[in-house]
Amino acid sequence: MFPKPIEKSSAAVRTGYQLILPVALFLWLLPLLAIFLTSIRPAADINAGNIFGMPSDFLLVENYLAVFQQSKAGEYLWNSVRITIPTVIIAVALSCLTGYALSVYRFRWAVPLFFVFVAGNFVPFQILMVPVRDLSVSTGLYDTVTGLVLFHSAFQLGFCTLFMRNFIKALPFELIESARIDGVGEFKIFWYLVLPLVKPAIAALSVLIFTFIWNDFFWATVLIQGDHALPITAGVRALNGQFVSQWQLVSAASLLAAVPPVLMFFAMQKHFIAGLTLGATKG
Amino acid sequence: MASDSGNAATLTAQPPSRSWLYRNRIKLAPWMFLAPGLIFFFIYVIAPIFQSIWISFYDWDGLGPKQWVGMANYVELMDDDRFFTSLINNIWWLVLYMLAVPAGLGIALFLNQTVTGIRLYKSLFFFPFVISQVVVGLIFTWFYNPDFGIVGIVWNFFGATPPAILADEDLVTFGIIFAGLWPQIAYCMILYLTGLNNVSPDQVEAGRLDNASGWKMLWFIILPQLKPATFIAIVVTVIGALRSFDLIAVMTGGGPYGSSNVLAYYMFETALSEYGFRYGYGSAIATVLFLIMLVYISFFLWRMYQDEKG
Repeated sequence: MFPKPIEKSSAAVRTGYQLILPVALFLWLLPLLAIFLTSIRPAADINAGNIFGMPSDFLLVENYLAVFQQSKAGEYLWNSVRITIPTVIIAVALSCLTGYALSVYRFRWAVPLFFVFVAGNFVPFQILMVPVRDLSVSTGLYDTVTGLVLFHSAFQLGFCTLFMRNFIKALPFELIESARIDGVGEFKIFWYLVLPLVKPAIAALSVLIFTFIWNDFFWATVLIQGDHALPITAGVRALNGQFVSQWQLVSAASLLAAVPPVLMFFAMQKHFIAGLTLGATKG
Repeated sequence: MASDSGNAATLTAQPPSRSWLYRNRIKLAPWMFLAPGLIFFFIYVIAPIFQSIWISFYDWDGLGPKQWVGMANYVELMDDDRFFTSLINNIWWLVLYMLAVPAGLGIALFLNQTVTGIRLYKSLFFFPFVISQVVVGLIFTWFYNPDFGIVGIVWNFFGATPPAILADEDLVTFGIIFAGLWPQIAYCMILYLTGLNNVSPDQVEAGRLDNASGWKMLWFIILPQLKPATFIAIVVTVIGALRSFDLIAVMTGGGPYGSSNVLAYYMFETALSEYGFRYGYGSAIATVLFLIMLVYISFFLWRMYQDEKG
């Protein structure tokens, strides 16, 4: 149970552990497994009450294709991409700048401003809702992908700045100091010295923000109305109403919405976890 | 802000302006780097907080003229049953969501072994966190369906009538919290797994020499070293509990009869739904939620400040 290595236990315990692992995982992921099985089931199965048993026919391609043919899922997915990618780029780029400013320079406002970013990151969305919606309406950004991207980027800056600042702070300061003595300009130090060093942080931050933004539902609900800009999370909910009791299609659509962040997680797992736990190991 | 950056007049007054810039570049540079992000953050995050608090003193439908009503919105809250239901549900969320912390620790301890394929197990266990809460909400709505959901099957298996969890005023909030725990436990688990990586083997060994094992080992040797992970796990869980919106929106829409409402959803409902556009009243609810959150934010910042000093 503890950091007592399992290798030191008896053979029986080891085998037991190896056997329990898949069972535990199965139970843990049961909800997902069930929804996957449903997504490849023929509609007849569901009508006949065969919800959790083996599908009588495997309609993986047919069901998933049907989602695209019978709904705007394709458009929603594309909207999610159009919202998520620019947000990641803007938020990460800006936070490299702010994080650099708040970690490398010793000025009176460094800590207070840093805390403003940190605090802003924890604020409940609802306190921003009315003014942000109002601002979006009055600037013509309501119901546009641009409007959502701008807001997401600004809001994510809180977390991103916290992240980049802590990361840059951990770099050896002597490097920057000696570059300064050599007469290298401040921006050049940032661009040629610091940026290459923070690449791992940029990677970690990018996959995290990607997941956060892709999964956003609240702001999509508040700032978007039409199908032309609706992301897949909000789209899936709309499909839930559209495909009444066509559970095989609802589950297929739900899983489609989950694919990009899951792929991202698997591809960049190390970075993802490093990003999530930065600050958990120290501080 | 202006005091630090100096003023433009001195720039033009001295002909060899490069020298002024040069002398002050260390002072100016942080503001150059900060400006774009800070302005952006101010417009979309900082200013709206104060605007919201300000709006909470008005009666406003978002279109017509605002009408100053002072504390009237807050007075009305005091008589609003739906507000109190939401507030109580928020407390339930805060309390029960905390189960994610020990549960996450438990799974982390369980998975903290080196056997073949354990890395894959760890990442698969983390899965629920990566998935959108909207999807989690749909999955569980379906699970809870008494006619064909797994709850129905289990109850029928024991020969009992399955409860309609999401339609039952007394059960609905717990049903939603349970769904929310699933991804949250995964989150806490990963925080603890990382923390366990950094547990010093020397101390564990020393503890073992002192005959510490089982609970004693956990309590006296392991947990103290996991303090940073525990702290972050509690912070993110509290914030997650108070932010609960997606699951409620997807699973019940606050129903039945507002019994699964929380402040975050009730605010949305009053300000922006078929019930009308009461921006002022909604902002008052948001302000209350913000004040509750402020307790935790202050605590977190205070902790960070101690670290910065030390």
